[in-house]
Amino acid sequence: MNGDNPMHAVVAIKQVPDTSNVRIDPETGTLIREGVPAIVNPYDIHAVEAAVQLKERLGGGKVTVITMGPPKAAEALLECVEQGADRAILITDRKFGGADTLATSYVLARAIEVINAELPVDIIFFGKQAIDGDTAQVGPGVATRLNIPLITYAVAIEEFDLAARRAVVHRRVEQGIEVLETTLPVLLTVEKEIAPVRHAPLPRLIAAARYKPEVWTATAPVPFDPQQIGLKGSPTVVGKAYTPSPRSGGEVISVAALGLDAVVARAMAVIEQAHVRNLQPGTGVVS
Amino acid sequence: MNAEQPTIPRIWVFVEQQEHQVHPVSWELLGAAKRLSADLPGSVVEAVLLGHQVADLAPQAFQYGASRVYLIDHPVLEIYRNMPYAVAVSQLVTEYRPEIFLIGATTLGRDLAGSIATRVGTGLTADCTELSIDPANHILAATRPTFGGNLMATILCRRHRPQMATVRPRVLPMPEPVPDATGEVVHVPFDMREEDVPVKRLRLIRAEEQPNIEYADVIVAGGRGVGGPEGFALLQELADALGGMVAASRPVVDAGWMDASRQVGQTGKTVRPKLYIAAGISGAVQHRVGMSGADVILAINTDPNAPIFQIATLGIVGDLYEVIPALIREVKGQSYDGQAHL
Ligand SMILES: Cc1cc2nc3c(=O)[nH]c(=O)nc-3n(C[C@H](O)[C@H](O)[C@H](O)COP(=O)(O)OP(=O)(O)OC[C@H]3O[C@@H](n4cnc5c(N)ncnc54)[C@H](O)[C@@H]3O)c2cc1C
Repeated sequence: MNGDNPMHAVVAIKQVPDTSNVRIDPETGTLIREGVPAIVNPYDIHAVEAAVQLKERLGGGKVTVITMGPPKAAEALLECVEQGADRAILITDRKFGGADTLATSYVLARAIEVINAELPVDIIFFGKQAIDGDTAQVGPGVATRLNIPLITYAVAIEEFDLAARRAVVHRRVEQGIEVLETTLPVLLTVEKEIAPVRHAPLPRLIAAARYKPEVWTATAPVPFDPQQIGLKGSPTVVGKAYTPSPRSGGEVISVAALGLDAVVARAMAVIEQAHVRNLQPGTGVVS
Repeated sequence: MNAEQPTIPRIWVFVEQQEHQVHPVSWELLGAAKRLSADLPGSVVEAVLLGHQVADLAPQAFQYGASRVYLIDHPVLEIYRNMPYAVAVSQLVTEYRPEIFLIGATTLGRDLAGSIATRVGTGLTADCTELSIDPANHILAATRPTFGGNLMATILCRRHRPQMATVRPRVLPMPEPVPDATGEVVHVPFDMREEDVPVKRLRLIRAEEQPNIEYADVIVAGGRGVGGPEGFALLQELADALGGMVAASRPVVDAGWMDASRQVGQTGKTVRPKLYIAAGISGAVQHRVGMSGADVILAINTDPNAPIFQIATLGIVGDLYEVIPALIREVKGQSYDGQAHL
């Protein structure tokens, strides 16, 4: 796509409820959503940071941040502008509501195609997953739709050669770190290590305060295929939702009431019940 | 799919192999596929195996319940890379049109599943903890935790096929292999040149052998109540005496007392040991989702209202620094004949 132009990175982010604040109403067993703050998905903050740091490393370029979400998600985009993003696009429309990962990846991929037609894109960043759904599917879906290489769980960009159209990226796998060479453009889903988050300098905070994200709807400026968005474009539906019934517990005994010896005897009985086999005295070897 | 012509409902499992080692989650999924098959009339359980010179792994898939293995054996598949794997599996899906397709929610499986689902344009439910067949309409009911484990959602994929789901290792039980089981190997041709693969692996920096708590039979887990890294030496002593491994809750990992590879829970590992000893762990839902599959749970906590007691086989209200040393003495002193507890 690119050649002589400065680097262009696109970062896709999501505004999520802070799940550490989600609580269950003990009376009704339902979710209490009121007052749950919305935050930028933690991995996405690092994705933005990685794009901004890449721009600095290359001595210039442009970072475009996009999100699909409710109008309120504009707040999340402004945080990204504070971090150093140059352009922010909010893709919002009731028609996008109820989108599953397939429909979401369609919208983001289509938006990136349009952005790319204006200014060729060299690299796309996603957080490795969103903490509200934890699916980790949208990044891979977008790479597949754009037919570009995908590198998930990226932890470092070792080399980035715009002119030669290649990059060397480290990704975390079960066996260790895989070092991959890829052609550009490439899509990365990133771990937090990819770039530590820095404090935004004051001029950026001021610039962000004045910034107004562009708003794209389902029809303008990009006509999205109505068959592929929202509920219509989503093969999966939620059949039912319920609060998990906990596994039932057994007895609770206390050292204060029974004394240490009695408690340990009961604990030993339970350990034996677990059928931990062939316990050798002293060696701790289980065969 | 041709609606008029009834076809055999195929339940597929992706057999994940790397460096010629099959990830055990593949067998756990074959076990689940077998159970689903019982509720899906006329269905068959089949496995998909990719790699280079991996044909000798097929018999294992038969032992764990597959009646057929689709084998794509090709040099470009030697090490896992997203593009060739996604293309190869998607071609297979398009040709044989499975009804259900299960993939392990490992690093590899998560990378691959989303790409396949997008290529074939179907639904995918990530990190399921329960799979069943809806008796009314014979579709897959894939249940997964959302909102940090506070809510369970059952996801359905009504019209698109295959119905895809990923499941984390150890969420489902390991089936018993049937030693003399056999089946059919279907060799599927695949055409791709190395030059056409956009990603090359330059090298693999191997990490030190990571403790694999997922498959430990005995786990002694410590939480914030342990108070500091030194206390974990005590837990290690009990774990050694029981032939087990030490694990931890997230605050312990966040504080740097233990390595992240030992974290149990929603953002850590799922474990299913025979015995799980939770010391100084309150039992938050995000922790419980990772360990409530244990056969026996022994919890030690100073707080009689700790939620961990709601799921513990036996709860001990007491100071872990009093109870654990006493347990260590007892376990070490106990003489077993090696037979009594088989
Ligand atoms: C999105 C998300 C994901 C998460 N993922 C995970 C995850 O994967 N794994 C995880 O574990 N957590 C996870 N958490 C965090 C989780 O919510 C809890 O905060 C965490 O599990 C609490 O850890 P703890 O039980 O060690 O600490 P605490 O809740 O602080 O409990 C410490 C316990 O120790 C007891 N205690 C203190 N001193 C002693 C003593 N001397 N003897 C005996 N008992 C003592 C106390 O009574 C208390 O019950 C996640 C949270 C979020 C929001």
